[in-house]
Amino acid sequence: MLMLSRTAAALYWLGRYVERADFQARLIEATVRLDALSARPAGEAAWRSALSVSYTEEAFEATGQEMTQANVVRFLTLDEDNPGSIVRCLDMARNNAKAVRTALTRESWTAINRAWLLFHNRRNPGGPTAVLNMVESVKAETRGFEGAVRRMMHNEATWLIQLGAAIERADNTARLLDVKYHLLLPEGEVVGGTMDRDQWTTILQTVSAVTAYRWLYSEGLSSANVIDLLISRFELPRSLAACVDEVVTLLSQLARRTGLQGEADRMARARLMRIQKTRTSDIIVAGLHEYLGAFIKENALLDSAIARQFRFI
Amino acid sequence: MRIAIDHRTAYRFTEPQARIIQMLRMRPCDTRTQTVIEWRVDVDCDARLRRSEDGFGNEVTMLYAEGRIEALELRVTGEVLTLESDGIVADAPEPLPPMLYLRETPRTAPGEVLAKFAREAVSGIEDRVERLRRLNTALHARFKAAPPTPDQGETVQDSFLRKTLTPRDRAQIFAAAARCCGVPARYVSGYRQREGSACAPHAWAEAHVPDLGWLSFDPEAGAIADESYVRVAVALDATGAAPISGQRVGAGDEELDVDVQVEQLGAES
Amino acid sequence: MAAAKAFDEIWGHGGPDAPRAEFAALAEWIASTPPEELARRQQSAEATFRQLGITFAVYGESEAAERIIPFDIVPRVFLPGEWKRLSEGLVQRVDAINAFLEDIYSGDQRIVKEGIIPPELIYLNEQFRPEVNGIRPPHGIWAHICGIDLVRTGPDDFFVLEDNARTPSGVSYMLENREAMIRLCPELFREFRVAAVDSYSDLLLETMRSVTPGPGKSRPVCVVLTPGHFNSAYYEHSFLADSMGIELVEAADLVVDDDIVWMQTIAGRVQVDVIYRRIDDDFLDPLTFRPDSLLGVPGLISAYRAGNVAIINAPGNGIADDKAIYSYMPEIVRFYSGGEAKLPNVETYRCREPDALQYTLDNLDQLVVKLVDGSGGYGMLVGPTATKEMIEAFRAALIAEPHRYIAQPTLALSTVPTMSEKGVAPRHVDFRPFVLTGSHGVQVVPGGLTRVALREGSLVVNSSQGGGTKDSFVLMEDVPQGQSQGDGGMQQTQVGS
Repeated sequence: MLMLSRTAAALYWLGRYVERADFQARLIEATVRLDALSARPAGEAAWRSALSVSYTEEAFEATGQEMTQANVVRFLTLDEDNPGSIVRCLDMARNNAKAVRTALTRESWTAINRAWLLFHNRRNPGGPTAVLNMVESVKAETRGFEGAVRRMMHNEATWLIQLGAAIERADNTARLLDVKYHLLLPEGEVVGGTMDRDQWTTILQTVSAVTAYRWLYSEGLSSANVIDLLISRFELPRSLAACVDEVVTLLSQLARRTGLQGEADRMARARLMRIQKTRTSDIIVAGLHEYLGAFIKENALLDSAIARQFRFI
Repeated sequence: MRIAIDHRTAYRFTEPQARIIQMLRMRPCDTRTQTVIEWRVDVDCDARLRRSEDGFGNEVTMLYAEGRIEALELRVTGEVLTLESDGIVADAPEPLPPMLYLRETPRTAPGEVLAKFAREAVSGIEDRVERLRRLNTALHARFKAAPPTPDQGETVQDSFLRKTLTPRDRAQIFAAAARCCGVPARYVSGYRQREGSACAPHAWAEAHVPDLGWLSFDPEAGAIADESYVRVAVALDATGAAPISGQRVGAGDEELDVDVQVEQLGAES
Repeated sequence: MAAAKAFDEIWGHGGPDAPRAEFAALAEWIASTPPEELARRQQSAEATFRQLGITFAVYGESEAAERIIPFDIVPRVFLPGEWKRLSEGLVQRVDAINAFLEDIYSGDQRIVKEGIIPPELIYLNEQFRPEVNGIRPPHGIWAHICGIDLVRTGPDDFFVLEDNARTPSGVSYMLENREAMIRLCPELFREFRVAAVDSYSDLLLETMRSVTPGPGKSRPVCVVLTPGHFNSAYYEHSFLADSMGIELVEAADLVVDDDIVWMQTIAGRVQVDVIYRRIDDDFLDPLTFRPDSLLGVPGLISAYRAGNVAIINAPGNGIADDKAIYSYMPEIVRFYSGGEAKLPNVETYRCREPDALQYTLDNLDQLVVKLVDGSGGYGMLVGPTATKEMIEAFRAALIAEPHRYIAQPTLALSTVPTMSEKGVAPRHVDFRPFVLTGSHGVQVVPGGLTRVALREGSLVVNSSQGGGTKDSFVLMEDVPQGQSQGDGGMQQTQVGS
């Protein structure tokens, strides 16, 4: 029996929203650390950067609140009016999961439901420790969900959830890098200085890549290496290369099931070939921001192609 | 009388539509006094048309269109030969017994004001045909005529409060009022040929009298529907006999342009 | 009070110490299992139901609340002979319902023309749908799934209280209650040869496939159409789709093109042959029924009229289970089957008839008075337990609009031992067996939904008013040793993949 398009759309978006909630949690965690551990608190700049990564800087300013840790954290976690807040992502994830309950295992559903319950009716994120605990539990539940999905039957349902997650993850990693590139160092700080290093470390923490970095690069922290790791290294699950590769694999698994290949398959394969040939040094020379901007745009086009190919609308 | 009809309905969408489905009740049927000589329903885009009949015996055409549809034009052309009938409708397909047409629908629930009006219009009169005539005359006199407008699903109770009525509103009120007096009555959509007046789709009503059968009344004209009328569809109310009911899939608004030509052929000769 | 002289299905008229001979073993089980143990098992079953989110609304009851219906651990049991006679009556009745629908919608309306039923009861009845007049469904079957609500007053005295020929619900309860009983009271299944109900899904799928339109299609596409996960019976919809292994679709998944129904899948459109819809007629197709329906599929009725899709149950069926028509069911059965109804109606006074109205007004304190179009136990007067004020209010209503009411004698409804705060005690029950009709004939699933009025003496079993459910055992005839347990009761039909 071929899967209904509505079911497919819900599964894909379930994957995207869970991934987005997870990324938001990581971003907040890393920013809290950066803010707390820096010799000089990064303060406003760090939180502005977190908002910028999640495309919510303007929305936050529209609330008229002061850019303090407490306000930004509440905005990014519990604000029902911020469509990018964790609570809204989990809400959307749960709605999609509910609509396709029967395509999920009980374990997968329970993971989503538990993550949602963490935030349901919660008003205040609390102080830094409470915030770290909260994001830690979000991460635990989303990891639990990923695990549960991997233990589901290997069929369209699993692949579509993973496809949504991979598309979302590619977007998140690209945005994270792009914002760092844009983020002006506070006056008096030098490139390669403490502040700069802290911010690159924050990025590595956000994508759980601190250890991976140490394994792969012997020469210590350098921005070129971080960029290389996050863009070109297939070994790192959150790198652009890994996401691009995963999308191709998932699409071809789906194609084998449906017997159809389309626009999305072609776009994804072309993108993989390009990223395999790309060298990080060339990207840096040609302009990281331009590269990432083009990647984000292409990723969005691929998302639309997927929606058309599987008739989400 | 030979009557030629050219009924053009053009939709223009502000954004392309992915899919359109329409149920058309735009094909007349033969009766003893109405013969359809020629009738065509044409669409200007790649659409599939399927003919059938609905539960009331009306001819139905289903229209299915897909793709990027920016505009849709429906053109109904035909020629009908009508005979003088004294308002009696005979030999039309009648799959349902007259009694069914005593039913109220959400749109035709009379309410107290209309019911009282109906009772007063016929009070003291025994003859059933005469009662219907009185009702027809009373409705003709009570309201001014308004040109047809797109159907927004108005109820007879709301229509009855107005000063001017479209043929549709008035036909529905007639049916509701007749039912109040215990007479099965129904809504009729079709065309009326009238010299020197703008053409538009028309609507009137039919009421059932034992031994005579279905009699047609046009409360807008205050008369029976004679040979200048082309009868297309009947139902309990305007919704059930709607010439076009449809749904589209796509964003944006639609603009509707309707043009109707109803001409008498060979009148001079 | 009715309760005092009621027939108890296990204990008979003799009480716990003198049960009916056939039920001595069950009475012993009830007596010997400690009440706290029964309560523990009952709670365990209810916890499972809550976890699964099993909620349902019996047709016509409020759709708003998601409720868990209390479950009672003491089963209700039918003897093989009782069941056989009951089944015959059900088959006869459902056959007549189908013949009636065929006659009035696509036949010659013989039953009206021959004066058996007054025409106004059909043509002025909102449940008669002129929109589907003239349509003959694929294979000429209208009521594929019927739930016939029965009450009982003695060992073989069953009466039909209501027919449900639209979208009878509750079958998931029949199946989940059985699951719970097998898990929690396995000893009962060793003791009794209980006919299995779990092949219901196979039988339902077989029924659906059997009415596929057109010439034999090897793999017809069957779907369950639900209003969506906000509907209170959604659990049942998804449960049925899953257990049949077919898609659970919403209106947005279906499109009609060229008078054919298609389902939108990730690999393109797939033609749909049979739709088990759990959406009321009014909302099925906005082009034919309510134009404001968002739950429906535009053009569905056109595809149906063109004979390209089967809709289960057929639109327009409401006329067959309407309360006004109900009182004519004995005549309807006689008219189409040529014999007397094996399952009688509860005696019914049609208040639209002057003599019946007079009798009703004279005996209000003895009768149950119901609105013709009411359901769920609302708009109902139970004379023997009503206050003076209630009786007078109904008297006024009856005089004002007699045609809206019917009256019935209060029956001494049977009871079944049921867990109560004071231990196991008799409580009144009713019963909804499910009857499937496909092109191969009519089948009665050996089981059903037993609803129980949990309040002492109460006759109202509706879940909205304090009713619960029980498992319903149908015992099989004794068979020679060696045959395995639990595989009989109805012919097991092989269903193709």
